Amino acid sequence: MLLLRLTLSRLLTTLITLVGVAVIVFVVIRVVPGNPIAMMLPPGASAADIDRLKALYGLDKSIAEQFLIWFGNVLHGDFGTSITTRQPVLSLVLDRLPATLELSIMALVIAVIIGVTLAILGTRLRGRKAEAGIDVANGIGLSVPDFLWGLALILLFGVIWPVFQISGRVSPRLELPFTSQFYLFESIVRLRFDLTADLLSHMFMPALALALPLAAIISQLLKQSLKETVNLDYSVLARTKGYSETRVILSEALPNSILPTLTLVGVQFTFLIGGTIIVERLFSYEGLGNMAIDAVINRDLPLIQGIVILFAILFTFVNLAVDMTYAFLNPKLRHA
Amino acid sequence: MSGFLEIRGLSARLAGTGQRLLRSVDISLPAGSVRGLVGESGAGKSMIGKAVLGVLPKAVEIVEGEILLDEQDLLKVPPAERRRLIGAKAALIPQDPLTALNPSRRIGPQITDRLVDILGWEKARAASRALEVLVEVSIPEPERVMRLYPHELSGGMRQRILIASAFAAEPKLIVADEPTTALDVTVQKQILKLISQLQARHGTALLFVTHDLGVVSKVCDTLSVLYAGKVVEDTTVQRFFAAPQHPYSQALLAATPRHTDPAASLQPVPQAVIDAAMAEVAADDAAWRPQGGAHG
Ligand SMILES: Nc1ncnc2c1ncn2[C@@H]1O[C@H](COP(=O)(O)OP(=O)(O)OP(=O)(O)O)[C@@H](O)[C@H]1O
Ligand SMILES: [Mg+2]
Repeated sequence: MLLLRLTLSRLLTTLITLVGVAVIVFVVIRVVPGNPIAMMLPPGASAADIDRLKALYGLDKSIAEQFLIWFGNVLHGDFGTSITTRQPVLSLVLDRLPATLELSIMALVIAVIIGVTLAILGTRLRGRKAEAGIDVANGIGLSVPDFLWGLALILLFGVIWPVFQISGRVSPRLELPFTSQFYLFESIVRLRFDLTADLLSHMFMPALALALPLAAIISQLLKQSLKETVNLDYSVLARTKGYSETRVILSEALPNSILPTLTLVGVQFTFLIGGTIIVERLFSYEGLGNMAIDAVINRDLPLIQGIVILFAILFTFVNLAVDMTYAFLNPKLRHA
Repeated sequence: MSGFLEIRGLSARLAGTGQRLLRSVDISLPAGSVRGLVGESGAGKSMIGKAVLGVLPKAVEIVEGEILLDEQDLLKVPPAERRRLIGAKAALIPQDPLTALNPSRRIGPQITDRLVDILGWEKARAASRALEVLVEVSIPEPERVMRLYPHELSGGMRQRILIASAFAAEPKLIVADEPTTALDVTVQKQILKLISQLQARHGTALLFVTHDLGVVSKVCDTLSVLYAGKVVEDTTVQRFFAAPQHPYSQALLAATPRHTDPAASLQPVPQAVIDAAMAEVAADDAAWRPQGGAHG
């Protein structure tokens, strides 16, 4: 019951947020300098040509009018046509979405594995030199942004010790049997592990670059929470029962510390998705982020709008998912 | 006569400041008997219980002494073995039932975990044992309660569950650290009676930490009076209430309102007695030379 009410109220606020985002983006990209029409016509085009093209794309109307037209179309599932590629924005964007989703989720998985492991290790070794080492690692992870990790990784695994692919999503010479854009997922389902290996080799560095700052956040927050939890009464009681320190951390403290960490990780995960924009560019990974930069360079207004709306949907969806998981994992809410 | 629990010359101090927390504590607890541990707040009552159960805070180090549990010196066995030994032979009834159960685990596993993981029982046997002890502590619908989470139960119920959990493995020693102070006054009496009954029925040795001399007179056979980490009097309950020897004990007894006269107000321990006890402790400190290094 509570879960249902939570979901409904969240869906409503999500919708309001999305409309807000749409308005802001729509206005901002029309106010900032740069003219999409100028990018499309050869130098020296006549004023009449420019006007004709403006009218074609509806850019001759007022911003409010443009917005209402665009919004009406969006409600019918029509996000307009890309100015540069002349293809429907919706299909362009949906085509790229899986690549970015796979990358982000892979990054999240890596971040959780590294972060949780370090947190547990740091708690187990608390008060010793190793804990200080983990703290230093967390500090570095937190202070270096994802794209700098990307550059460092390219230097390390692309140049000095070239074991991973540094560019693209998949090797171009490969025949791809895929019917969807979820390459990694499909390669596993089809048991084409040769392709999985190639995809992972491409995905590893951008995913790791995105993951490291988040891993540091998870590690720091979770360790802090674990260190408090292992001193609580129920952890002490478990020790008197004969449990080892490691066991106390894993089965007494961890389930209680995961919950408060989860909420923050949710917020941070949306930052990670935002980070794909630059990191995908860095690794020429054919995802939404890379497309977004092209769209901005080309002043492809309909495409920019589409991408931003999609990112906004993604963000709110992540937040919703986190809230639901929280409610589900928390015994007090589950039974309310 | 050697007790099931023998603490001999146990001294402990704070690692950082070197402040002494326990001063050559001697406590003997024969199998099946109940010893009260009384003294004012900060006297080190809980510290003794924690030392016995191997859960002293990291900041506290044992300087010297022996803790013999069933004739094995806990301070001489390696940590992993010590944990198993304590888990198998001793148990804790904690002070606060609201914080001593893990909020994200169901009740059942919190009772059976020791039986299965530490004592190697089969799950089915552990589960039926859990039901048995829950019935023994008068939990209604024990099968259902085993599937609940702690927050779904009242404080009194939770304390009963913790008592059941402590007795589940038939330990020879139970440390109860102020097991009723966190409860409603009405529930306190029931819980006290329950612990006392179970202790007698199972023949468990009980180390009972409390502020309350009234409780001591009801539950305990012997009594250690603690002041600033020093046992100032070690006596039987009968003798203590008839004629306490140490001035601090006398003052403590005088400070306790008689149950026959509830109107009698609490007398503070006279300053002179405190000064004398402090002087005694200081003299003791001056004479004290630690032998060897810290244990475990
Ligand atoms: N974690 C800790 N670190 C450092 N010192 C501590 C810690 N816990 C307790 N102490 C100190 O050890 C001394 C004994 O504490 P202890 O908890 O055994 O007192 P107590 O007799 O149980 O008192 P109370 O009746 O308040 O429970 C006190 O002086 C206290 O300040
Ligand atoms: Mg105490």
